[in-house]
Amino acid sequence: MKPKLFALPLTVAGVVVALVTWAAQSPQMPTALPVSAGRTPTTDGADETVAKLNQQFTSNWEAEGITPAQAADELQMLRRLSLSLHGTIPSLEEVRQFEADDGPDKIKRWTDRMLADTRFGDYFAERLARSFVGVEGGAFIIYRRDRFVDWLSDELNANRPYDELVRQMMTEEGLWTGKPATNFVTSTINENEVDENKLTARCVRAFLGQRIDCAQCHDHPFDVWTQKQFEGLAAHFGQTQFSAVGVENETREKNEETDKEESVEYVVEDRETLEKRVVAPVVPFGEEWLPKSGSRRDRLAGWITHPENRRFERAIVCRVWGYVFGKSSSYLVGQPYEPDPPVDDLPAPGDLSEPDVLDILGADFREHGYDLKRLIQVITASRPFLLASTHSEDIDGGDPERVDQLIAQGAVFPLTRLRPEQVIGAMIQTGSIKTIDQNSHLVVRFLRFVSENNFVKEYGDLGEDELQEHAGTLPQALLRMNGNFGDNILTANPFTASGRIVSSAGSDEACLDACFLVGLSRRPTFDEREQLLPLLKDTKGDARKHVVEDIYWSMFNSPEFSWNH
Amino acid sequence: MESLNHLPMFSRRDVLHTFAGLGLSFALPGMDLLAANKRGKERHKSFILLWLAGGPSQLETWDPHPGTKIGGPSKAIPTKNPKLNISDLYPRMAEQINTMSVIRSMVSKEGDHERGAYFLKTGFRPAPALVHPSVGAILTHELPVPGLEIPNHISLGNAPSPARGGYLGAKYDAFKVFDPGLNLQNLKSGTDDKKRQKRRLANLDVISSSFRLGRRLQVKRTLHQQTIDRARLMMSSEQLDALVIKEEPQKIRDAYGDSNFGRGCLVARRLVETGVRAIEVTLPGFDSHASNYGSHVESAKSLDPAFSALINDLKTRDLLDSTVVLCIGEFGRTPKINPLGGRDHWPSGFSCVVGGGGIKGGLVIGETDPTGKKIEPADPIEVNQLYATIFKTMGVDITQETITPIGRPMKFCDGKPIERLLV
Repeated sequence: MKPKLFALPLTVAGVVVALVTWAAQSPQMPTALPVSAGRTPTTDGADETVAKLNQQFTSNWEAEGITPAQAADELQMLRRLSLSLHGTIPSLEEVRQFEADDGPDKIKRWTDRMLADTRFGDYFAERLARSFVGVEGGAFIIYRRDRFVDWLSDELNANRPYDELVRQMMTEEGLWTGKPATNFVTSTINENEVDENKLTARCVRAFLGQRIDCAQCHDHPFDVWTQKQFEGLAAHFGQTQFSAVGVENETREKNEETDKEESVEYVVEDRETLEKRVVAPVVPFGEEWLPKSGSRRDRLAGWITHPENRRFERAIVCRVWGYVFGKSSSYLVGQPYEPDPPVDDLPAPGDLSEPDVLDILGADFREHGYDLKRLIQVITASRPFLLASTHSEDIDGGDPERVDQLIAQGAVFPLTRLRPEQVIGAMIQTGSIKTIDQNSHLVVRFLRFVSENNFVKEYGDLGEDELQEHAGTLPQALLRMNGNFGDNILTANPFTASGRIVSSAGSDEACLDACFLVGLSRRPTFDEREQLLPLLKDTKGDARKHVVEDIYWSMFNSPEFSWNH
Repeated sequence: MESLNHLPMFSRRDVLHTFAGLGLSFALPGMDLLAANKRGKERHKSFILLWLAGGPSQLETWDPHPGTKIGGPSKAIPTKNPKLNISDLYPRMAEQINTMSVIRSMVSKEGDHERGAYFLKTGFRPAPALVHPSVGAILTHELPVPGLEIPNHISLGNAPSPARGGYLGAKYDAFKVFDPGLNLQNLKSGTDDKKRQKRRLANLDVISSSFRLGRRLQVKRTLHQQTIDRARLMMSSEQLDALVIKEEPQKIRDAYGDSNFGRGCLVARRLVETGVRAIEVTLPGFDSHASNYGSHVESAKSLDPAFSALINDLKTRDLLDSTVVLCIGEFGRTPKINPLGGRDHWPSGFSCVVGGGGIKGGLVIGETDPTGKKIEPADPIEVNQLYATIFKTMGVDITQETITPIGRPMKFCDGKPIERLLV
């Protein structure tokens, strides 16, 4: 197709330029962590918030007669955090450092360290971008998703207040290249028009956690939203236009028939009568939150992010909880019978005299400057995140409904399928002893960049609804079992971790331990030792290499590898 | 080329044994393979979509207007259907197209590649709250094939927007084969050594068992092991032969043409023979905003031999009565030729070729304005009418409603069949 053909030389040139810049920016600094300079999260009152959260969960467990799972062991926590915050697993290098650390508050300090690493912004920006601009390519040239994600990544690493980010996305004017936040608007452009409907649906879903998309065409069948409310919201984007100078607000324009200047109004065509009518900007509730001045977009952004608009804080804390756990929580959204409720269709906020988990997290988030890093610290310090994924009732002959209940109530850490980027991030990391990050060798990072894109394409992208549960697919199993990509990583040679384990691990025990620590972030169990050590016994040369490669293969294909636990 | 002799990672017996043990008897093959041997109208129906990605020009394919202002350099040639002239870029199709029908008045409302492809593959315009399944996904959902060990919905070639399962679920996504006929991609084990293959699986059992402790039901629910077993069954299946073309006589391979698309069409025929329900073969490169004619000359070099050989081959093997073939893209191209000699996107009045599987051949439906002034074609056909026709001949009831994950009941298709196209 032409835009793509046309884009090819540009892309190649772009990649070369990007690589050179990239290489120039980050010289090899093996000792320093790539730490982002930005706002440090405040800690005052965080412990109280965690205690309030835990109180909610534990009193519920008591009421339901639930015994929660044991605490997860520390290495498991390291793997979990690394997958949730960086989209990859810890390297052997990190595992060793972690094990050598015997200071207090270890998990908390390692969480802080991961949040300060720029890999956090990179990974979380891609997650959040899905709800902000979707995954589609959109209109060529005027929409630059890559710029948008880069911008978001920088802002997340700097820990900019979330409400500011939202207002900037919604109101920014200018070109999609120089002002990357404008891509929020240009991502919806279809046939040279800003799509007010799509923008409205996006804002309400992403920022308020409500799906009112259905009301675009008719009153929502099973909810309170009406078409009139949808149109009133959409009218706030009625003066948002774009031209050669970028996204702008156009309040007056010349009427071509009368040749007179008129104010720009939002006009909709009635789907039944095909009559055109002007719709004024109106909000469906909380009119008092609407700023008195500013452009229509400014006012809508002010209304959405108003501190009293509880939907705003509830939506983002629910979504971030989902990212951290890898799935949405039915307990949080108050639908215990739905296994994977959407995070953007939340129940209306209830009475504040009985705050729920979303209210508790939301209030802490708002009162401390809409601080996303602090929010993550609070969530990862709460009981549900610290529990093991094993439970004494999840056994042969156990009651599946009981297990559902344990998961729904946060009494056991849920198994969640890793996202394609996490699978590939984890696989690539197992190919190296050292941590792969901004300090890694250029070639390694380039390999990661290229392979990630190809792998995600073959593995299948989950798109925007990534927090809803999906079982693994056949092509994924085939790709893991037989793909070139995995094969290159597991092949033992002087450049791969498996090769280095073979050549320098020493004893059979040390060799097996190293394999397990690299691939599964744990040591082998007694049974595993019993069965696998004999394979290594008295082997050398190729025979030993093959044993290690085969152990790698088995790790890649185990449920433990591709499901977060 | 792959050698099938070295394919199975595990013996077939091992795999079947595992399956029987798991109570997955539904996955056992051989129950109804006789069905795949049936021919003519007795045979179950399959669907092949030849997807021309980028939006082919109707004027340089099935609806030429030579000698007019909009016609460009394209000439028209007669075909075996006396009522039908097509572009002279398709001399071989001129010999075969009489068994198919041509619609010259397809109308869509989507002029963007992503949105257009979505509409043309699903029959629905992109909607905000849910993703519709493609026609192939619906067919495989509604018409499973017992005894099939390979996927029932396959995409051949590098499709920019491969057919998706949408709200029916990712398991109805088309299984993608990027280089059809050339290699088996991930269907072949990384090691040929049988002993190592066994060791890998044994190790996997060891590691999986420790993971299952205290997670028994949760792990069961991941379907991880079942997916691996299905993959193994597929890797050891003789039906994989369908993806390999080296056993085909040279003459046949030559007829389809030595191109990605030609091999794809040949593999598509082999998949139909094996019993696969829905196949799409993609030919990219139609987005001719510049040098429209030149790029259509190139595309025709792949499309003309492959498409004509496919029809001929299906006919010769008595498979055409049971195989619907549809050749279409996301839209057509403008009658007006732009200053770069290109044609731009044109969603109103574009062409498709459809036939086989109970769809009448020899019809020419609709007409576009030779001056290019009138936008709306005569006798316009909506996308959902086309698909309603295909669903009807394939035996899928489109009046029933499915409850989608968002709780909204949806019909698979909201159009009415084009009765004159049905035999």
